[in-house]
Amino acid sequence: MSAIEQFRQATRQWLEANCPPSLRTATPDGEIVWGGRQVDFPSEDARLWFERMRDKGWFCPQWPSEYGGGGLSAEYNAVLESELRRLKCRPAQINLGIWMLGPVLLEFGSEAQKQALLPPMCRGEVRWCQGFSEPNAGSDLASLKTSAVADGDDFVINGTKIWTSYGDKSDWMYALVRTDPKAPKHQGISLIVLDMKSPGVSVSPIDLISGKSAFCQVFFDNVRVPQSQLIGPLNGGWHLGKSLLQHERKAMSKFGEFSLPTHFHLLPLIERYLPDSQAPADQALRARAQACAMNEHAYNLTVQRMGEEARAGLDISAIMAIMKLVHTEQERDKFEILLDALGYRALGLEGEPFSSQELAITRGWLNSYALTISGGSSEVQLNVIAKRVLNLPSV
Amino acid sequence: MSLVYSEEQRLLADSARDFLAARSPVAAQRRLRDAASAPGYDPQLWQGAVGLGWSGIPFPEALGGLEFGCMGLGPIFEAMGRNLSASPLLSSVVLGGSLIHLAGSAAQQDHWLTAVISGERRLALALDEKPRHAPEHTALTAMAESGGYRLDGEKFFVIDGLGADAYLVAARTRGRAGETQGISVFLIPANTPGLQVSALTLIDSRNCARLRLSAVHVGSDALLGTLGAAWPVLDEALDRGRACLAAEMLGAAEQLFAMTLDYLKTRVQFDVPIGSFQALQHRAARLHVELQLARSAVMAALAALDDSALSAAERGRRVSLGKWKAGEVAALVSNEAVQMHGGIGVTDELDVGLYLKRIRVAQACLGDSDFQCARYAAFASLEN
Repeated sequence: MSAIEQFRQATRQWLEANCPPSLRTATPDGEIVWGGRQVDFPSEDARLWFERMRDKGWFCPQWPSEYGGGGLSAEYNAVLESELRRLKCRPAQINLGIWMLGPVLLEFGSEAQKQALLPPMCRGEVRWCQGFSEPNAGSDLASLKTSAVADGDDFVINGTKIWTSYGDKSDWMYALVRTDPKAPKHQGISLIVLDMKSPGVSVSPIDLISGKSAFCQVFFDNVRVPQSQLIGPLNGGWHLGKSLLQHERKAMSKFGEFSLPTHFHLLPLIERYLPDSQAPADQALRARAQACAMNEHAYNLTVQRMGEEARAGLDISAIMAIMKLVHTEQERDKFEILLDALGYRALGLEGEPFSSQELAITRGWLNSYALTISGGSSEVQLNVIAKRVLNLPSV
Repeated sequence: MSLVYSEEQRLLADSARDFLAARSPVAAQRRLRDAASAPGYDPQLWQGAVGLGWSGIPFPEALGGLEFGCMGLGPIFEAMGRNLSASPLLSSVVLGGSLIHLAGSAAQQDHWLTAVISGERRLALALDEKPRHAPEHTALTAMAESGGYRLDGEKFFVIDGLGADAYLVAARTRGRAGETQGISVFLIPANTPGLQVSALTLIDSRNCARLRLSAVHVGSDALLGTLGAAWPVLDEALDRGRACLAAEMLGAAEQLFAMTLDYLKTRVQFDVPIGSFQALQHRAARLHVELQLARSAVMAALAALDDSALSAAERGRRVSLGKWKAGEVAALVSNEAVQMHGGIGVTDELDVGLYLKRIRVAQACLGDSDFQCARYAAFASLEN
């Protein structure tokens, strides 16, 4: 038996023995395990699974073992991933640091930074958040103004970041800050990491049209950060930030693989609300719902195809560029149709006689507006496709 | 089930592309149209394709095929779409050959399938009677009589019907139009008395015919498969045809999109390439998005044809998704291609119009978007 086949057998056996059967399903809402200083486990099984995967080094299977990773080659990692998929294992934890900052640290961080930051990530001990957008720097991210001024061994940070997901629950932040206000806007930006417990950091959650949200605004009031926490070259942060966002898109598409929004199956739901109705208005709605469900099916197949093409060693950048746009617009369209199907029952804010599912649909509809804006608005996604995939000329 | 072509299939795609680029560029299709000569395709091109083995792809080796699987037809139909190549691959091999393979007796297979694979004979499926594809609405009658059957009725849209050597005629032997039970398929040689074939001149200038059957008498050996129970095999053969048409439309739409992108990069107005305008960039980006989704759906449709573990309903659902998405997207790309080319886009000189016309015909063939959408939903509701 070849070495890789042996690894597959061993991995399969290990997963069979160690992944608790209750966790061999898609992750339901509210049961995602976020790694960090304090982890909320939805069940004892979730804790066991977390600890066993951590001890294997499989939070970061491809990272070098000297930093606590699993030390697997891409080929072995593909085997691990396929065995995880085969058994439908839930992710043992989710951590932005691992998905996004980690790869950038491995490429651009100093040895000391890798030694300090990577092992805790591999143990799932730090929850990371991202400080990129600002109130006046949204789609035009490079116009960000939060300043970091050198002072002795430290930077002193002033300004504010917005749309930071789980800013209130995170332990550390990686942030883009302006270190040279006089340079052209792309050239005066640096990437730094900071402890959210640093004096002068304050966080306030943001209420959205859908109610409570994970989004926060973070304020920096003379926050001192050691200069050793600058990642990569001074004023070289824009390039690193772009690289990070590419990992974000990859991570988002991976996220899509296991958290496909299966909680609302459109066609059966529609039929529940329009049982056997042949009324013209209901028939028209049905036709819209069918087209919507078929487009969703095509998207799910595209997620599958992207995975297969990646494993076959093909260039998937042209597919990856569409995923966020398509997924978020389809979610929005789906909620619009559900809203029409539920009629008056979709207009409830809370309480009787609305069912929890009806209220969740209403909430989901309101929430879907944020999806097509956050993480690069649909318009930015279209710009990216036009320029990077289609190579259309700039003005 | 894989949504990516295997290495073998990619090699086949390369050879199909090279062969058609050399032997069947769009200019050749244009000449064929202008000459308006029967049979609507270039017989030498078809012999070349047969020589490459295309006509044997889906059939078992024991029957003289290559046993390459229906998915192997995908890259070929994509390449035909890209070049707008006309050939009887769909009518004679995918539809006709499949029906003989799936339902024919040993004698019928021996006589006809071998000849189809070798390119000596050509079959055509005579199915639709109404303006829109509706196979279960087959009404043409076949009455049992001593020693065989008598058929009467009309078929409206017979792909490659002119000059076919024999027709596979769907007829009703029981029940009424709208029912899937009671449909039979008869294999009727073209020279059978009472069979009248007339040409339909279509926008894509390919071969298409109407059939009139007046007191056509055939022996009982003309029946293909079981009397009144042709539906499952007919449905499977049609699904093969639908998936191949979806692949053809995908290839055509991708090529048309590439031509349009070139134009956006080179056409200068207001002193800049028009592709620098965000209004057009976003529309072009939307076409890219839709083409990616269509490709996934088409691959799933092709893969479903070879997956014997799938139920007929699940196969049908995936095939209908593929044809629906490919048809919708190809029509969108055609419309946008004409509009973005502006004035030149509506001239006959430009190839854009040839793609537009072929895509519209392929979209209607074997079920338009509404048909596929309704079929998908019917199968989806069975599941839940």
